[in-house]
Amino acid sequence: MKMIEVNNLKKSFGKLEVLKDINMDVNTQEVVCVIGPSGSGKSTLLRCMNLLEEPTGGEILIEGDNLTAPKTNINELRQRLGMVFQQFNLFPHKTVMENVTMGPKRLKGKSQSEAKELGTQLLEKVGLVDKADVYPDKLSGGQKQRVAMARALAMEPHIMLFDEPTSALDPEMVGEVLQVMKNLAEEGMTMTIVTHEMGFAKEVADRVIFMDEGFIVEQGTPDELFDNPQNERTKSFLSKVL
Amino acid sequence: MMETINIILEGLPTLLKGMGMTIEITVISLILAMVIGLVLGVFSITKSKILRMISTAFVDIIRGTPLLVQILFIYFGLPSVIDISLTAFSAGVIAITVNAAAYLVEIFRAGINSIDKGQMEAGRTIGFSYAQTMRLIILPQAIRRMIPAFVNQFIVSIKDTSLLSAIGLAELTLAGQSIYAANFRAFEILFAVGVLYFIIIYSLTLFSRWLERRLDVA
Ligand SMILES: Nc1ncnc2c1ncn2[C@@H]1O[C@H](COP(=O)(O)OP(=O)(O)OP(=O)(O)O)[C@@H](O)[C@H]1O
Ligand SMILES: [Mg+2]
Repeated sequence: MKMIEVNNLKKSFGKLEVLKDINMDVNTQEVVCVIGPSGSGKSTLLRCMNLLEEPTGGEILIEGDNLTAPKTNINELRQRLGMVFQQFNLFPHKTVMENVTMGPKRLKGKSQSEAKELGTQLLEKVGLVDKADVYPDKLSGGQKQRVAMARALAMEPHIMLFDEPTSALDPEMVGEVLQVMKNLAEEGMTMTIVTHEMGFAKEVADRVIFMDEGFIVEQGTPDELFDNPQNERTKSFLSKVL
Repeated sequence: MMETINIILEGLPTLLKGMGMTIEITVISLILAMVIGLVLGVFSITKSKILRMISTAFVDIIRGTPLLVQILFIYFGLPSVIDISLTAFSAGVIAITVNAAAYLVEIFRAGINSIDKGQMEAGRTIGFSYAQTMRLIILPQAIRRMIPAFVNQFIVSIKDTSLLSAIGLAELTLAGQSIYAANFRAFEILFAVGVLYFIIIYSLTLFSRWLERRLDVA
């Protein structure tokens, strides 16, 4: 089944056309990595998928529901789409536990004890139960990003979107974050990941999409794309990053 | 020296009553001004052009005219064209409220804008509505940062209430005037008036410092 379907997506900021004609989909339990040079529109594509950016053309279906249809309840739909940002965006005035349980409590009607149980379970999963009562500013970057993942997972999303989740991290913390993502993938989570971590993409992705200048230039399995790229632009990009 | 003290002590009950009035009118006005300031502050950052215009017009008009004129206009001007009669107290509350609100709009706007835009995005991504994200995530952070500006506005408004003596409201300044009009001891009485204002304002300053320290911890 198609979890995300993107048809003829276009997005401009003023005169700048950032996404030119994007067609792609993400199937159930599939892990799709999006790679490409800086400014190619990767973040914009991801942000269109949960309507943080409003598409200028085309359509996006999430589990068959048209994202931009007037009757779509965007707040409900976003609950099915977890998102993890490069800059973490934890709520600094809430403890780690509150960050994680706020959504389930307010939006899913979970009781305090249910939410706490779920929160503990998720913090265990990301290895941070002992940090439940501290505030985010006491955490390292890697810890923050793991809390951000727990917070997104607390809404029990059907799909997870990641926008360069490790780019703001010190090198020694990248591994712990990627490990949590790997576990998620193994559990069968449907994931779309914008990343510069080619090793991770190679290992975890079912499919890799290469974007350049607002187009999807080439896509395929990691083996196809990394070991046998067809397009000249893909080749030249990979020669720079691999 | 004894005489000075006696004069002040004699006037003190009246002055304290005036001080009570000053505090009462400031507190009521500031509470109302917060509500208006918050609403118009949010108006000023929405996508709606009309709402932004309403907010800007209000701020520009109030800030572009002297407070004393606003006070006189509300108390003497309005009743002469529309059929309402305002007590000096209600006219005073209205004048101080709209005036403080105009400054609080800017304080709210700046406070909200100072919060990283990733916070709104993170809230919306979880599934919170715009209003929920504002209430649960943006405002609690923004208001903490606004506290010094709030207290500052409180202090400004306390001083502003002294202009309400012009419409006969028995706040601290008018209380003082009424005493020295009778006993001709302007120096002692106005000195006492000044000290009482200073006590209120300095306590507020200390309170604000304490509050900032406390909120910093969390
Ligand atoms: N809100 C915006 N307003 C105007 N231009 C924008 C906005 N967001 C992105 N852009 C522009 O759109 C283009 C694509 O940006 P985008 O962030 O999607 O690229 P990216 O592929 O994610 O790059 P990076 O690898 O550096 O994160 C860039 O030229 C960027 O400057
Ligand atoms: Mg990006």
